[in-house]
Amino acid sequence: AALKGGLRFQVSAALKEGHVTPTELCQRCLSLIKSTKFLNAYITVAEETALKQAEESETRYRRGQPLGVLDGIPIAVKDNFNTAGIETTCASNMLKGYISPYNATVVQKLLDQGAVLLGKTNLDEFAMGSGSTDGVFGPVRNPWSYSRQYREKSVPKSRSEDEESNWVITGGSSGGSAAAVSSFTCFAALGSDTGGSTRNPAAHCGVVGLKPTYGLISRHGLIPLVNSMDVPGILTRCVDDAAVVLGSLAGHDPKDSTTIQDNFKPFELPNLTDVSKLSIGIPKEYHAPGLSSEILALWSKAADLFKNAGAEVVEVSLPHTRYSIVCYHVLCTAEVASNMARFDGLEYGHRSDMNKSTESMYAATRREGFNDVVRGRILSGNYFLLKQNYENYFIKAQKVRRLIANDFVKVFGSGVDILLTPTTLSDAVPYMEFIKEDNRTRSAQDDILTQAANMAGLPAINVPTGLSERGLPVGLQFIGRSFQEKQLLTVAKWFEKQVKFPMIQLEVKRHDHSAFQHQKPVFFS
Amino acid sequence: AAARGCGGVWRRAWQRGAGGPAPAPRGQRAVACNARGGAVPAGKSGLAPWVPVVGLEIHAQISSNSKLFSGSQVQFAAAPNSLVSFFDASLPGTLPVLNRRCVEAAVMTGLALNCSINKRSLFDRKHYFYADLPAGYQITQQRVPIAVNGRLSYSLCIDNKMSQMVTKTVRIKQIQLEQDSGKSLHDDTRNQTLVDLNRAGVGLMEVVMEPDMCCGEEAAAAVRELQLILQTLGSSQAVMAEGQLRVDANVSVHHPGEHYGVRTEVKNINSLRFLAKAVDYEIQRQIEELENGGTILNETRAFDSKLGCTVPMRDKEGKQDYRFMPEPNLPPLILYDAKSLPANMNHQQVVNIDWIHERLPDLPSVKRAKLVERYGILPEHSFTLLNEDGLTEFFENVVKQTQMKPKKVIGWILNDLLSYLKQHSLTVKESPVSSFLLADLLNLLEKKEISSTAAKQVLAELWKGEGKTPFEIVKEKKLELIQDQKELEQICQAVIDGQENEVIMMVLG
Repeated sequence: AALKGGLRFQVSAALKEGHVTPTELCQRCLSLIKSTKFLNAYITVAEETALKQAEESETRYRRGQPLGVLDGIPIAVKDNFNTAGIETTCASNMLKGYISPYNATVVQKLLDQGAVLLGKTNLDEFAMGSGSTDGVFGPVRNPWSYSRQYREKSVPKSRSEDEESNWVITGGSSGGSAAAVSSFTCFAALGSDTGGSTRNPAAHCGVVGLKPTYGLISRHGLIPLVNSMDVPGILTRCVDDAAVVLGSLAGHDPKDSTTIQDNFKPFELPNLTDVSKLSIGIPKEYHAPGLSSEILALWSKAADLFKNAGAEVVEVSLPHTRYSIVCYHVLCTAEVASNMARFDGLEYGHRSDMNKSTESMYAATRREGFNDVVRGRILSGNYFLLKQNYENYFIKAQKVRRLIANDFVKVFGSGVDILLTPTTLSDAVPYMEFIKEDNRTRSAQDDILTQAANMAGLPAINVPTGLSERGLPVGLQFIGRSFQEKQLLTVAKWFEKQVKFPMIQLEVKRHDHSAFQHQKPVFFS
Repeated sequence: AAARGCGGVWRRAWQRGAGGPAPAPRGQRAVACNARGGAVPAGKSGLAPWVPVVGLEIHAQISSNSKLFSGSQVQFAAAPNSLVSFFDASLPGTLPVLNRRCVEAAVMTGLALNCSINKRSLFDRKHYFYADLPAGYQITQQRVPIAVNGRLSYSLCIDNKMSQMVTKTVRIKQIQLEQDSGKSLHDDTRNQTLVDLNRAGVGLMEVVMEPDMCCGEEAAAAVRELQLILQTLGSSQAVMAEGQLRVDANVSVHHPGEHYGVRTEVKNINSLRFLAKAVDYEIQRQIEELENGGTILNETRAFDSKLGCTVPMRDKEGKQDYRFMPEPNLPPLILYDAKSLPANMNHQQVVNIDWIHERLPDLPSVKRAKLVERYGILPEHSFTLLNEDGLTEFFENVVKQTQMKPKKVIGWILNDLLSYLKQHSLTVKESPVSSFLLADLLNLLEKKEISSTAAKQVLAELWKGEGKTPFEIVKEKKLELIQDQKELEQICQAVIDGQENEVIMMVLG
């Protein structure tokens, strides 16, 4: 029963006391990954190396010298982080089969602290998307599609039809990581967050999703989407766990010049008892068109919760947030056009057989290697960077970005400590419905509430808050001041404690009866 | 000889043939340019004179242990692809980390070229697809370079006479830090391209010189002075033959009082001699083209050193749009001076302009002035001393070890040593006669133990490098001057005794 709990006080304690060994823990996760294979959360499962790492961890525990809270903890990593010896694909034909010779700094840090790397999780191709539906390995299924909560509330059509048409998306682009945490196949996972790619799937999958301040965690080894906005994201079951993982990753990296120079001191989160000194800002612009009424209701309930506990709750304005989407579109595609230029088939990755000339090889390689979404962004990005367009698009977008960031500076300068907003407009939609719109439209809609934090580089976190009428998770977002993760997470933890988000009642047995039976006593008791 | 046009105005240099200024057919151009050794500006065609304008873009490879943004070693002629980090090969997820040494080299160079140093400069990406540019872009400094608005003084002699030197100044527009590319080797027979990334990511300083020059000789003299400065600073080894100094020349011609003409860019110039040739050829070509009613295309041309002329380069894909954008992975490059240096900053973390300024070595111009002052030699001699690598040191060593006046020593150095070395294509370091031996010889001369004719004979023996000292050679060849009165008298007496009849005849008158 301990194993569904928090890292620091339950799992780590269980390991230390020998109630469970790292190898047992790893094997249970691996077998659960197998039984939930239909979720398509993982692209690569590194069974062999994971078991070896678990064994090494076990030796350390036996000697009474574990490396810390993360020693022996099974984790998963989004497949856009480089992992030495384990395929890194970005869910793209371009990198299928690519094995990096080095570990991303964040991966290395986790391994150095004894974490067990189970595998690489699914995503939208090169993290471009908001559904985890646009990768070359197929869409990720939201574990909540197979929960008792959703089953009971969704109107059952005929049994078989229900099966294939009713499953809902995870959100994205870190949908694989969110699904992996949500389905208990790992204890924590890394995602990446450029416009909401960690917080959005965290909201849809009912897990905690933290986007730290830009520059707090190294991006070295994260295959970039937008260098100036990308941040490694942390997906966990609870806020305390997010703080543990953050503490193990944060700080200066000589390999990433955009990381902070100061050393980061890991922290434990206090149990807040008094919120009366807090000022919570409610940005009115987040009452965006398309916001579902039940999320709106949940949002105001949350505000009341703070108010009733004695906090000051004030409406604030972030007037430039509404330009965020179009601004992001220009900046994102421009950087994508640039970042993707290296995929030319020469040094690594896919290379076309076309060999008439170097140029024709480039063209064919990139046509075959990238999906329509990536190619579309490259095309528009290059358009925005053309000499004749640069001033009108790129420079203008940079200026707008500054305005968006300044909005936050003003609000925080006025005495507000934390902003409270919805994370998504609605709960997760069924896949069949999601794919009716194209990626561009979907991303524009879905990132609307999360993107501004990336523009401003601010820390933000999704906290699972409640279930929708359809029995699906809904989360709220807290946005904090730059590098004030401790305050942000402390408030998030208080809130998490108040809302008592229900645990997923995963009904896996219809897909793999035996595995579920085997796992049940450990994970769902 | 072409440099005579340097007054600023050229006229048609293509004369000729019996038919006067008939347009030279294309096919003859190469021939003409080969034979151009004696070409003289005609000035007789009656047409308006031409003003050539020459600007230079010089890429100097920074002398550093590691590359501009990665830890890979920098080394010339290493095994292909043996000095390539993950970043150099543009592996996904890698990030640039700025090499402090490269920044210091650029600051030093900027200060030496009288630039103002930007305390905040930026990096940009310049995009183009090429096999030896793995990332698909080069990191450079397009918007705000590290140094701007400098000037470089250089001297050149008129009509090849060392005695007539003039000093000119070229403005330095900017110095920017950027990455070098790799190297592509095209194997046409097997229809393949081989790529070597050893050079990819090596730090470059691009020095942009304003179009203040007007002929090949000026361009070559300016680059030579820059080369000396870089070598003095140690910011670049600046050996052109090893590609550490690469020069592109922008050339145009126009009539006085009119706008500058359309310019061409001449690349692939790998020696100073070729630079002068390429520029002069290009000026001549443009004048001829225009006088024949043609137009100049804004194109890139390559200098063919075998044919001695410039030829259009394979155009990459028409006009390139480099789609510049800020490099998001590098924060602005901040430099400090004594005033702005924050107290709590780790010295390893910052570059202090004033600190570098105080430690600049003597630049070539100062060195020359000091030589003239200290040794009383002529200014033009000081140029020669500095132009030959190691010659100044050689000269000073000789002076230290001999009583001969430096003014006299310089003659031996320039007329005897240098001309011998030139004849045999040797560098000063390779000289078979060391400064010690030459000083020894000059001491014999100074003490009047040998005549200067004899000294030349001894020197001729010394060149053979047989390990004999000047003294030994003098003894062996009996070249010493006789100082002993009695001995001299005896010799004379012996001569007189041997020639009795002649003596009698003389006495008798």
